[in-house]
Amino acid sequence: MALTGLFLCLFLVGHLLGNLQLLIPGDDGQRAFNEYAYFMTHNPFIKILSYLTYFSILFHAVDGLVLTIQNKKARPIKYAYNKPERNSKLPSRYMAILGSAILIFIIMHMANFWAVMHFQEDIPLEKMTYVFESPSGESVDFDYYTTHNNGVTINNFRNHVPVSAVEKDSLTGKSDVVIKNQTEFYVDGQKKKIAEGYKDLHSITLAFFGHDKEDKAGLPANEYAIVAVLLYVLAMVVLAFHLWHGFASAFQTLGFKNEKYTKLLDGFGKVFSVLVPLGFAIIPIILFLTK
Amino acid sequence: MKLTLKIWRQKNANDKGGIKTYSLDNVSEHMSFLEMMDVLNEQIIAEGKEEPIAFDHDCREGICGMCSMHINGQPHGPDRAITTCQLHMRSFNDGDTIYIEPWRAKGFPVIKDLVVDRSAFDRIQHAGGFVSVGTSGNTQDANAIPIPKADADKAFDAATCIGCGACVAACKNASAMLFVSAKVSQFALLPQGKVEAKRRVLNMVEQMDKEGFGNCTNTGACSVECPKEISLENIARMNREYLKASVTGE
Ligand code: HEM
Ligand code: SF4
Ligand code: FES
Repeated sequence: MALTGLFLCLFLVGHLLGNLQLLIPGDDGQRAFNEYAYFMTHNPFIKILSYLTYFSILFHAVDGLVLTIQNKKARPIKYAYNKPERNSKLPSRYMAILGSAILIFIIMHMANFWAVMHFQEDIPLEKMTYVFESPSGESVDFDYYTTHNNGVTINNFRNHVPVSAVEKDSLTGKSDVVIKNQTEFYVDGQKKKIAEGYKDLHSITLAFFGHDKEDKAGLPANEYAIVAVLLYVLAMVVLAFHLWHGFASAFQTLGFKNEKYTKLLDGFGKVFSVLVPLGFAIIPIILFLTK
Repeated sequence: MKLTLKIWRQKNANDKGGIKTYSLDNVSEHMSFLEMMDVLNEQIIAEGKEEPIAFDHDCREGICGMCSMHINGQPHGPDRAITTCQLHMRSFNDGDTIYIEPWRAKGFPVIKDLVVDRSAFDRIQHAGGFVSVGTSGNTQDANAIPIPKADADKAFDAATCIGCGACVAACKNASAMLFVSAKVSQFALLPQGKVEAKRRVLNMVEQMDKEGFGNCTNTGACSVECPKEISLENIARMNREYLKASVTGE
């Protein structure tokens, strides 16, 4: 319980640092976030970490459930009159309920982002616009898909795939380049992969929280963005309460308590349990307000 | 003062039991809670309609740990760092309604009324709460073994646990960790206790689980309600001892 809980706390820090890139404005933010998402899904070390995280969540939830059932059984007859608020703090008494709420959130969260990222066949790919001046002096927009070679972005835009190449011809219904396996560009009719794009998780996330970037990724803004933002913030409040008790509790469970460090650890736990959920919560709020 | 008392009555271990309401007048604020119970019992005996209320008590000065009542939602009542026998009626007001229930835990089955069977604690003690001492030969000078003052103090604090069971009664999980950790710590901190340290903690925890007590989730209710203010540090120490013993073995 304690080990998985603390591992999940570490996971939260990493996840938060990644998410904060969503607040970088403009193309830089989009690029940074999508490159980060690529890294997170392709680095073998991160793969191990992500499996450890899935395992931790499952183990933590199942173990928590088993403990809670055992603990309920340890008092078969309840007090007719009980005043637990006189001897313990509220979050400590509702860890199972708080945890279950977090579990529901995690499932919804993974359906919204993780599943889209991994399985949606027509996932939008990152597009950028290059503006240059034509010989006649007008400025011309060139839309292209950013591409990379094993995660290393190819910065020469001539190596990128023009958006127009993928668009279907209105007469023939065919395009010069087709996208396969979510991200791979193929010249139509040939077996050779010419480039690989980035999944545009940045635009998906922004659209989910209310941004209307239809012109870029072709994604309409989520109609219910306000509900998404509110649920997200609510989940972070629940997480804060879970950690308010959980962080210090884990160290106690591991036997780490003495006069010297306990005050420091408890204090750090309180700061952690407020700052980390707050950091997560401000992201959708800012995205929603700046849409 | 005049009180309304809602008291758990249960004829025997198999009886279903239930809360019964009593009215008691002329309660002096100087009475201890147990004296108030005595007066109520005299009234019940005088009325002659039912048996007096059975409750545990012995020393009546806060050292034996027998008195065990869950009073108005808290073990040993609303005051801190005292047992029920040290609770005085001045902590209540005229006209109050007071709920009195037995400790509630699977490990502490009710025997009768407010009396619970706490022999589970004895069995936990038997499982390891001792040091084996050879009794042949001369007695060694007690001061020959140097013990740091801080350790001696902590061991003594842990040893002040009177085994009352309020920690179990207060815990939402009916966990006995505070009691067991006090009994483990009072030995673990001293050189004499180190010899059997590993076996002690493993056996005592095993017995604790067998008795049907719940798991510790660190709510801290036990230490708040403990009449001897046993510290949560003891639980951390026991967790440490347990981890060490499980990893390294004998
Ligand atoms: C990111 C998510 C989560 C983090 C960082 C987290 C963290 C923690 C920590 C540090 C503890 C204290 C462990 C201890 O005292 O030994 C804890 C306890 C607990 N967690 Fe979580 N948790 C998370 C999600 C969940 C989920 C999804 C559930 C269940 C459905 C859950 C259920 C519980 C329960 C029941 C406890 C109480 C056990 C106890 O107090 O010992 N948690 N959590
Ligand atoms: S730890 Fe405190 S509450 Fe628990 S049995 Fe000992 S004296 Fe009673
Ligand atoms: S009767 Fe001995 S402690 Fe209360």
